[in-house]
Amino acid sequence: MRHLITPLDFTTDELEKLFDLANDIENNKSKYSKICEGKILATCFYEPSTRTRLSFESAMLQLGGQVLGFSDAGSSSASKGESVSDTIRMISAYTDICAMRHPKEGSAMVASTAASIPVINAGDGGHQHPTQTLTDLLTIRSLKKRLNNFTIGLCGDLKFGRTVHSLINALVRYPDVKFVFISPEELRIPDYIIEMLKEKDIPFEEVIRLEDVMPKLDLLYMTRVQRERFFNEQDYVRLKDFYILDKAKMKLAKEDMLVLHPLPRVNEISIEVDSDPRAAYFRQVKYGVYVRMALILTLLELA
Amino acid sequence: MLNVGKIEEGFVLDHIPAGKSLAIYHHLQLDKLDCTVAIIKNARSNKMGKKDLLKVECDINLIDMDVIAVIDHNITVNVIKNGEIVSKKELILPKEIKNIFKCKNPRCITSIEQELPHIFVLSDGKKEVYRCKYCEEKFDTRSFF
Repeated sequence: MRHLITPLDFTTDELEKLFDLANDIENNKSKYSKICEGKILATCFYEPSTRTRLSFESAMLQLGGQVLGFSDAGSSSASKGESVSDTIRMISAYTDICAMRHPKEGSAMVASTAASIPVINAGDGGHQHPTQTLTDLLTIRSLKKRLNNFTIGLCGDLKFGRTVHSLINALVRYPDVKFVFISPEELRIPDYIIEMLKEKDIPFEEVIRLEDVMPKLDLLYMTRVQRERFFNEQDYVRLKDFYILDKAKMKLAKEDMLVLHPLPRVNEISIEVDSDPRAAYFRQVKYGVYVRMALILTLLELA
Repeated sequence: MLNVGKIEEGFVLDHIPAGKSLAIYHHLQLDKLDCTVAIIKNARSNKMGKKDLLKVECDINLIDMDVIAVIDHNITVNVIKNGEIVSKKELILPKEIKNIFKCKNPRCITSIEQELPHIFVLSDGKKEVYRCKYCEEKFDTRSFF
């Protein structure tokens, strides 16, 4: 039995198979519409997330399966003090596979050690968000036709942004990927990631101004500054609008650059950018469903 | 010069950086053992200038050597029998340390789930870096002192 706790749980070869399956689902939906009949997905969300939860639920429903779960800790036994381990043991008796989001880092790993069904980490605090990473990789692979040889700019909250951490961990396994980290001083990329890049001799740079690096980027990954990651409201207010991607900045970019965003966005991408053909963030949402469908099939060993 | 008598059975931790002996005493949980312990601070040392020593009169197998290795693997561990040094224990950084230190990351799952073991994994042997098994937060061994 396998789980998905970090993006590194799958080898690049396994990811290739997963992405091929996702693309096949995209092109042949009816072929997969009943494949999960009789199977149940549990969505255990200890913190609010409309997007990821609905993406998982949509994925399972499109595969012909069923879904149950909870969408905040208050409506689960966690509010009574039940541990993650006990909850997942109970969920294992009710369902065939579980997607879990929890505010604490390492929670999905704890769940996987106690579970008797596959566990998918749907986000554990500021730590990892592997299915978003799979979404990002599938989007890049589908739209750029490659997962190597590009310069990617990651912009915004690089300190608490788990999507960013997961994506970097996944991309370092592909050749000729350069990283440009664009963030205010307070939200810089964590030191353990910098150490890892140095050890692997992977080129990267850290800058504060987005405009300075726009022309060299093949991909721009924008992120939201998340209020829930701050202990201090004043810090959040000061940093939330630090970056705003608008038409003027897009003029500096390559013609085939792609803008990605894990969504939801707040102010960091002006709505005037939505009509730009380089804006790929809504296409990214569709790939998120396809890759979760492929993941469910793979972990249930139905593919 | 202060003289502390030799021990018959037990072990001596030598070359402890000056001022660190009390912290090691607590981390080894020597206060919970019913045995004689001598803490010597700021002893003269040719090698280090000043050093601390711990003389402990108890079976060395009661002590978790991993703790000493993590704190400072340059500490010398002399095993004493019949009043003589019979061997020196080599300190090797353990690949994993369990329930000795606690993860201080307030966002870690261990901060709310009391029954979970606190586990740190050696992520970089050269730099002696440990990370929490759950949240991957770096653990600074110097933070004890």
